[in-house]
Amino acid sequence: MDAFLETFVTPLLKIAILLNAVLVAVTFLVLMERKVIAWAQSRLGPMRVGPYGILQAIVDPIKLILKEDITPRKVDRYVFTLAPIMSLVPALVVWSVVPFGPDPLYYISDVNVGLLFIIAVTSIGVYGIILGGWASNSKYPLLASLRASAQLISYEIAVTMTLVSVILTTGTLNLIEIVEAQRDSGLWFAFIQPVALVLIFIGGLAETNRAPFDLPEAETELTGGFHTEYSGMRFSLFFLAEYANMIVISAIVVVMFFGGWLRPFPGIEALAFLDFVPPWIWFTGKVFLFLYVFIWIRATLPRYRYDQLMALGWKVLIPVAIANLVVTGVLKVLL
Amino acid sequence: MVDALVFWVLATAILGLGIAVVSARSAVHSVLFLVMNFLLVAILYVTLAAEFVAVIQVLVYAGGIVVLYLFVVMLVNLKKEPERFSDPRRAARTGLVLAGAVLAELVGIAVVVAYRGTGTAVTTGGLGSDTPYATGNTEQLGWVLYTNYLIPFELASMLLLVAMIGAIVLAKRQLGATRGADEGSGE
Repeated sequence: MDAFLETFVTPLLKIAILLNAVLVAVTFLVLMERKVIAWAQSRLGPMRVGPYGILQAIVDPIKLILKEDITPRKVDRYVFTLAPIMSLVPALVVWSVVPFGPDPLYYISDVNVGLLFIIAVTSIGVYGIILGGWASNSKYPLLASLRASAQLISYEIAVTMTLVSVILTTGTLNLIEIVEAQRDSGLWFAFIQPVALVLIFIGGLAETNRAPFDLPEAETELTGGFHTEYSGMRFSLFFLAEYANMIVISAIVVVMFFGGWLRPFPGIEALAFLDFVPPWIWFTGKVFLFLYVFIWIRATLPRYRYDQLMALGWKVLIPVAIANLVVTGVLKVLL
Repeated sequence: MVDALVFWVLATAILGLGIAVVSARSAVHSVLFLVMNFLLVAILYVTLAAEFVAVIQVLVYAGGIVVLYLFVVMLVNLKKEPERFSDPRRAARTGLVLAGAVLAELVGIAVVVAYRGTGTAVTTGGLGSDTPYATGNTEQLGWVLYTNYLIPFELASMLLLVAMIGAIVLAKRQLGATRGADEGSGE
């Protein structure tokens, strides 16, 4: 009976809680984005629903669910339905290996190849965008999906190369051990691998199709981008996937470079009083800090031109990532 | 018992998806079935406790190569009629011969393994200790690849390098040809 509880009931409970937490976080992230961008532009943002518009986060999803879900006549019916699902599912599956804290209560599974698992699963997310654009049987979505796939493939190379240099520093692919390595060295990897941090952050922006790399849904050139033909719940699945992916990227950055659930400066004893804050709150706080940076960047920077985007990916990020890898390797052998 | 059940369910699904790949009308549907096929094969690796291979399978095949397939399928006009002078039966015959060859190879491997056991690669090596590979199969795989199988590994990477250079050369030649065409038929 205990074995049954341990293999089925506990993980299922954790999965249910985590899924709900992520989806609720997504709805509030949308509100946060609207608010932050409004403040950046000297506006108030949503103010009507609830105090300071805080209930907007609940009203928006209800609106999306109640809207009519249109399937245009000439679309490829199965693929059209499959595409939003294929883009949301990987964004949620990734959470099965993200550690929110040190003991088994805070993560669903302790996978030995956790980091690779995340890279692999997020690489599946591209299908949603490509297939959504193709199945719509419409020219703007198709163009957008071709752009998106080229963009994602290019930046995936840079990000993966960079992750390899971080793996070289830690000697493990296990996310929990990566955080523990930062605790033992007393330094967040942000200070040991600053170049990698910048590369992964830029690559992460590009992989989540966020501004300034939001070319797949550049509304001024491609109407709505790959989801032009989508409406109602299926559109909101794409929407959820994009924001869930943002949270995933922030979580990866936090785990790999900012000590995951550790308090700031884990090496300094004088700051030990900070440990009264539970680890999962440190983790969530750091993740939201990065989400704020994502939004801040969107409010600040104009969109790249397509050839500039490709040039940045192939001629800057990938060479720098390779150089960083070589330097890391040499230092690892010497030190 | 559970392992066997999982294996047979997965194997059936994998074979079914394989048939769906070659029988789907639309090329995009074919590619989609192929992705699902690869994902299920990855699960099969997980049941064999080969996490690393499973993840690489998803990363390289489902996440990388098939995306390129999709790219090609979407860009190439597939509504084109087959070439008038080509004999469709010849393609079928070639396919049959190749399938037969693969089947023969698989049977050969099965027979050899049945007589000789599963080879020595996995049981030798280790980091010089009595309990090798304590840290899971990622390290084990790396160790075996860089010791017992160093030469095949390097050969494979050479092959990939040659393919890469070949792709660049082909792309370059095409670029030169179109530029020549733009400049007019001087030569």
